[in-house]
Amino acid sequence: MDCQSRQPLQTFFARHNQANKRGIDPVGPFAYSMRKTRFSRKGMRMTQKPTPPRSFQEIILRLMTYWSGKGCAVLQPYDMEVGAGTFHPATTLRSLGNKPWAAAYVQPSRRPTDGRYGENPNRLQHYYQYQVLIKPSPPDLQALYLGSLEAIGIDMDLHDIRFVEDDWESPTLGAWGLGWEVWCDGMEVSQFTYFQQVGGHDCHPVSGELTYGLERLAMYILGVDHVMDMPYNDPDAPIALKYGDVFRQTEQEYSRWNFDQANTDTLLQHFKDAEAECLATLAADTVDSAGRRIIMAHPAYDQCIKASHLFNLLDARGVISVTERQAYIGRVRALARACADAFVKTEAAGAELETL
Amino acid sequence: MPDMLLELFSEEIPARMQARAAADLKKLVTDGLVEAGLTYASAGAFSTPRRLVLTIEGLLAESKPVREERKGPKVGAPEAALQGFLRSTGLTQDQLQIRDDKKGQVYFAVMEKPGRSAPNIIAGVLEHAIRNFPWPKSMRWGAGSLRWVRPLHSILCILSAEDGAQVVPVTIDHLQSGNTTEGHRFMAPGRFAVTGFDDYCTKLRRAFVMLDPAEREAAIWQDAQNQAFASGLEVVPDAGLLTEVAGLVEWPVVLLGRIGKDFLGLPPEVLQTSMKEHQKFFSVRNPKTGRIEGFVTVANRETADHGATILAGNNKVLSARLSDAKFFWENDLRTVAAKGLDGMGAGLASVTFHNKLGSQADRVQRIAALAREIAPMVDADPDLAEQAARVAKADLQSAMVGEFPELQGTMGGYYARAAGLPDAVADACKAHYSPLGPTDDVPSDPVSIAVALADKIDTLTGFWAIDEKPTGSKDPYALRRAALGVIRLVLGNGMRLPLKMSLFKAVFGHSFETWLQSKTVGANQAIDGLAELGYGKTLDAMKEAMSAEAKSLGLKAVDEKLTSAMTAADSLLTFFHDRLKVFLRDEGIRHDIIDACIAMPGNDDLTLLVNRARALNGFITSEDGTNLLQGFKRANNILTQAETKDGVEYSYGADIKFAETDAERALFAALDTAETTIKPAMEAEDFATAMAELAKLRAPIDAFFEAVQVNADSEVIRRNRLNLLHRIRAACAPVADLTKIEG
Repeated sequence: MDCQSRQPLQTFFARHNQANKRGIDPVGPFAYSMRKTRFSRKGMRMTQKPTPPRSFQEIILRLMTYWSGKGCAVLQPYDMEVGAGTFHPATTLRSLGNKPWAAAYVQPSRRPTDGRYGENPNRLQHYYQYQVLIKPSPPDLQALYLGSLEAIGIDMDLHDIRFVEDDWESPTLGAWGLGWEVWCDGMEVSQFTYFQQVGGHDCHPVSGELTYGLERLAMYILGVDHVMDMPYNDPDAPIALKYGDVFRQTEQEYSRWNFDQANTDTLLQHFKDAEAECLATLAADTVDSAGRRIIMAHPAYDQCIKASHLFNLLDARGVISVTERQAYIGRVRALARACADAFVKTEAAGAELETL
Repeated sequence: MPDMLLELFSEEIPARMQARAAADLKKLVTDGLVEAGLTYASAGAFSTPRRLVLTIEGLLAESKPVREERKGPKVGAPEAALQGFLRSTGLTQDQLQIRDDKKGQVYFAVMEKPGRSAPNIIAGVLEHAIRNFPWPKSMRWGAGSLRWVRPLHSILCILSAEDGAQVVPVTIDHLQSGNTTEGHRFMAPGRFAVTGFDDYCTKLRRAFVMLDPAEREAAIWQDAQNQAFASGLEVVPDAGLLTEVAGLVEWPVVLLGRIGKDFLGLPPEVLQTSMKEHQKFFSVRNPKTGRIEGFVTVANRETADHGATILAGNNKVLSARLSDAKFFWENDLRTVAAKGLDGMGAGLASVTFHNKLGSQADRVQRIAALAREIAPMVDADPDLAEQAARVAKADLQSAMVGEFPELQGTMGGYYARAAGLPDAVADACKAHYSPLGPTDDVPSDPVSIAVALADKIDTLTGFWAIDEKPTGSKDPYALRRAALGVIRLVLGNGMRLPLKMSLFKAVFGHSFETWLQSKTVGANQAIDGLAELGYGKTLDAMKEAMSAEAKSLGLKAVDEKLTSAMTAADSLLTFFHDRLKVFLRDEGIRHDIIDACIAMPGNDDLTLLVNRARALNGFITSEDGTNLLQGFKRANNILTQAETKDGVEYSYGADIKFAETDAERALFAALDTAETTIKPAMEAEDFATAMAELAKLRAPIDAFFEAVQVNADSEVIRRNRLNLLHRIRAACAPVADLTKIEG
């Protein structure tokens, strides 16, 4: 039930194949032939080019439509504070085990240390990631990804798309993978990763993960220099809203709270509580009072996410020293590993359920 | 003789791995083929971001048949022996031959291995190469278990001869070899078939792929220079970046852009670093002013608008980056204007250098004191040296260095000038990190030298004091590099630094600093007093001369600290000597020659030590030197044996009146002359003269051993001759310990 088997390859490649059959003259790299350009643009592409999107939300909607069309389950954001889309259990936990999986979703992400009171054109403490996870990674994942860029209005004939080495590692999740950052005209627009290990477990099969930094990507496509100036809904809507209308004030409020206000003693206590609750949940008997066998991997993982975010807040408050940092990261990783250990024993991970 | 073409087509291979991978592919496959009996005329390997390619010309069509004969047991030998032979040969009894041997009839096994066809051999070699490829990092993908650097999509493997091309069938997991490949991802997608290497190259080029990385590099460089020249500019050469960029494109298209006016005031290093590290742009400068005014980016495709959209996008990304850099630069300059460079560095107090060695601010304090102490030895103004050391690390707290760590020191220099500090201080901000590698320039400005030495000595002695020495391959604090830095600073500037004393005082300071944190006595005074007592005196003498403050710390504790500091300083000096051996080995000086010099007094004066070693090396490798060494060793051996046997030392009183032969008298005369020249030469550290004089002894010594029997019957004459041998040993002794030299 993965993407690749469900959907015939999109028109993208079919078009290119036709172009190739017509044959192309050999020319030197710098002796550019206009004839060929007219041929390939006019003859093959012009009519099919999508219109450029007009707003932030249109880009999100187009990604949703595109990946839905490719067979992904379109999920909603996880209802907890996370640092990145990867933390959503639809990625972290579902990349474990052998059951096929395909999901796409927007995930609001929080990085307290990146707050700039809404003044920096590119930095936010709260932003959106678009996340796609497909297991096993289909052989045409690169082509599928490039199709998504076309869907949001990037004309492949005019832009320079590159896959530049960038290996991914999450010390808090005990996870790593190999892949690239994808460049469009020199700008990083996505992370593309083949997961090799998550929560200390080797990934079999391997998941392919795509992460789009939505604000940055949208700013580029919409030609906006300051994130707060970006149209959120259609600029011609009766009540046109810019990104700043929606988020400037919250950026200010959270920047102040993250940096100055949050009570560090409380945060610290919450961290300890979350850690303890996570471990207690995992340590509970797998059989409940009515004799049902239920491993509580997800509730435990919620506590792990909570601990991770609390650590980020403590970090932003500047109360964690360099040496302590490593220790905290290690504690969160221990939780992530324990949750992964629990999840792989569940049905969602493809484990054979023991008969009681 | 067929030719072979192999292409491994994958998703994008990291640029830094491509060249090595192409070389590894060539080696793995050609070694495998040759081992299986397939020789070839020539082979070449190429890489692009998406493919590794190997072409082999003039390959044998099949390996030669091999015939092997093995002699077995005698006919009629026990059944077990025969069965064993059959097992080991894999034959049955009726396949054995019976031949007549000297002692009767014997079984013989004749095994003929037929030649194997090239495709057969290639398939096996290829599968082994792919499954065992030495990628620095490899991965799995999808549901498979095959590992490659990124997902491997197709294998093209053909053998072509005059009668046409054939696919070499290879199956690796889900991949089946074929004769097709793909062109450029965007400009010419779709697969096509090829018949041989030439056809492959032609079709690839038609499909917008330049196969040879060297050709891509040359094309990029040529076009970049042409475009810059046409705009009256020049590209700043960067060979590493060129190779990397050529590994990011299959069809390079060079685009020249201009840096926005707002950013031209940024320091050139900031522009260069920002453009290179983040964007992989070449810097383009105005040859008249040297100012960086533009950039070159290399796209992977042609477009209908001649790259206008691509260039505009790159320009936009660069502007965002440079806006950040400009913000940092202006912010930092404001900080310096308001609080001075010291003020900028105030936060170093809360940055831990190492939990046993305190904060960066503590370290700066120590380096400043040490730089002041070293200053007079390099003719630097002690005040300036101390001032430079106090601000040299301040830029670690700047916003710019926070963003671009590789600009540490460079920014310090700019900020020091902005703060109106003297040039020598500003220069030291950057130069004190030098030399970073074996080929890096050594600073020559006195203030820079003093701070650079202080920085490295503080690091080394600190880690020695807390016993965190490098072990085997582990050197997390780059202490080997620091020691080599000290060696190059000292030698490069001809410094006469009594290193042992400096090391001892610094180690001593480190251990006291940690210890005294809980003490209330006049700690600093005590340390100064103790350190002044100096290294090399006996502990008793030091304790004797201790100040009241020092004594109040407790004699036993102080004693322990002194002893351990001495041990650490000795061990650190040995570490320096080991690094020096590595350094001099590159000059072709053998380790035993260095050992002969290390055995001499003053071995912590590296300049003296190296002068001695270089002179000795020249001497020992000359013909006179080699022979003199033989003569010395002979004299020394005879003398040592006699001294052991007789239990006395023959060290005085050789008298010419007991000489019996001319050869003996000539040696007396030669030694008289030599001694009068060698002594003043050694006092002047003129090793060349001293050794030239020693060389003159070669003939008389050779003649002496030729003509004279040392162990004469007459005890008087024997003793006299032994005493004469002692004079040979004594003449050589001040030059080097020749007993350490091999051969």
